[in-house]
Amino acid sequence: MITTNTDSQKNEKIVTINCQFLNQMKLGSEFNATACINCGTCTAICPMEINLLPRQLFRYVLIGAEEKVLENVNNIYSCLLCRMCEENCPAGVHIAENVRSLRTYINREVYGLSRS
Amino acid sequence: MPVPIGNTLGIFSDNIVRRRSILPLSTKRITHWSNGFSLPHGGSTILYTGQMYQLIPFINSMSHQLGKFEDSWITRFFGIGRFFNKMLNLTKFMAFPSSKEKAAYDQPIRNIVECLHKAGSEFGYLYEHDYYSGALAYDEGLDDAFKRHAKFVYNVWKEHNVKTLITIDPHTTNIVRSIYPHYIEDFDIEVKNYMEILAENPPPVVQHLHETVTVHDPCLYARSESIVEQPRKLLRNIGIEVQETELSGALANCCGGPLESLFPKKSLLIAKKRVDQLLDCASTIITSCPICMANLKRVTPETHSVHDISEYLVKSYSPDFK
Ligand code: SF4
Ligand code: SF4
Repeated sequence: MITTNTDSQKNEKIVTINCQFLNQMKLGSEFNATACINCGTCTAICPMEINLLPRQLFRYVLIGAEEKVLENVNNIYSCLLCRMCEENCPAGVHIAENVRSLRTYINREVYGLSRS
Repeated sequence: MPVPIGNTLGIFSDNIVRRRSILPLSTKRITHWSNGFSLPHGGSTILYTGQMYQLIPFINSMSHQLGKFEDSWITRFFGIGRFFNKMLNLTKFMAFPSSKEKAAYDQPIRNIVECLHKAGSEFGYLYEHDYYSGALAYDEGLDDAFKRHAKFVYNVWKEHNVKTLITIDPHTTNIVRSIYPHYIEDFDIEVKNYMEILAENPPPVVQHLHETVTVHDPCLYARSESIVEQPRKLLRNIGIEVQETELSGALANCCGGPLESLFPKKSLLIAKKRVDQLLDCASTIITSCPICMANLKRVTPETHSVHDISEYLVKSYSPDFK
């Protein structure tokens, strides 16, 4: 686990990088967010007005900031998987599938739902 | 406190693994719609309902209860509920739809079968083996439970020598046609949606209906399965004029239904937004998904109405059918 200062030393916003989380998300071949060009179309078009998805949230995943991702559990489960954002994404990011991969991770690792 | 996500999903996951459905129903309830049809048991082509229409009255009733619990102290006890649900199907005690409501969601399946018969389609039904597809488990990311369930359902089809499935709703169509092949090696069953079959070979029109409606496209039909033109073609063919909203087809807004079990209040807000868009075009909304129908109906004023497309089709192809 690596702890790093993100913004500046002044505001002391510390983000903990969880390499295990990063590796697990990378292993799930479904997660594709590196192509995102941060244009904001998805945010503007989302009927749920989930402004964290996917721009900021997916960045957290890409740097392994598990804690930050878990602060947004309600957003992650609020996504309708309607794919309105994907239909309009210029970079072809699989937004809904990315959200679903995060749910799978949380279900397994946070809620312990891999075995019943 | 909102509805607790982990424990609610835990109950769904346990139900899928132990009882083969998120909300287990009796065989009698699942197959009740088929009374009077004498459909053959099995066959190489079968009608696969995936229990979606049959489940809606129960999901409606349960989310009504959840809506009452949302933000209340009762949510603290969901963990205990999950513990007991492992032994006894507790969800059965949370959902009490009326006979009228159950009949209302059986009727579209009956209409669809009648329309397919009028188009000359021949198919059977698996009755007690007409299992749930696992669609909600997949959407909620319950991949371990979903994977096991999908394999079980696929093996049932293989044991019955099924070669083609006729599906009747967007969630089941998408899950078996586009998702199962990623989870099941050598998946080789053809999946056809009933509107695709009818649009390719429309039954003779007995009665033209002269009405103006607007169409709400379910997200999965519009953005995943390319089923946009078929419902419009079928409606035009029976004399219906379709007034389009700006946000239709691939740009159609969601009905909010997928949020019903975890965020019932948000789900209603999204439905209201969508209904307002649709009612700007016509006072009658037509859709082809039981989840959309249920969610849009909850917020549609009494002066307006929401219908399953099958109601209109059957009225035109088989006016005396009940
Ligand atoms: S629309 Fe696509 S490219 Fe633009 S911010 Fe969203 S995910 Fe990134
Ligand atoms: S898929 Fe999710 S993030 Fe994308 S538009 Fe729909 S609700 Fe918003």
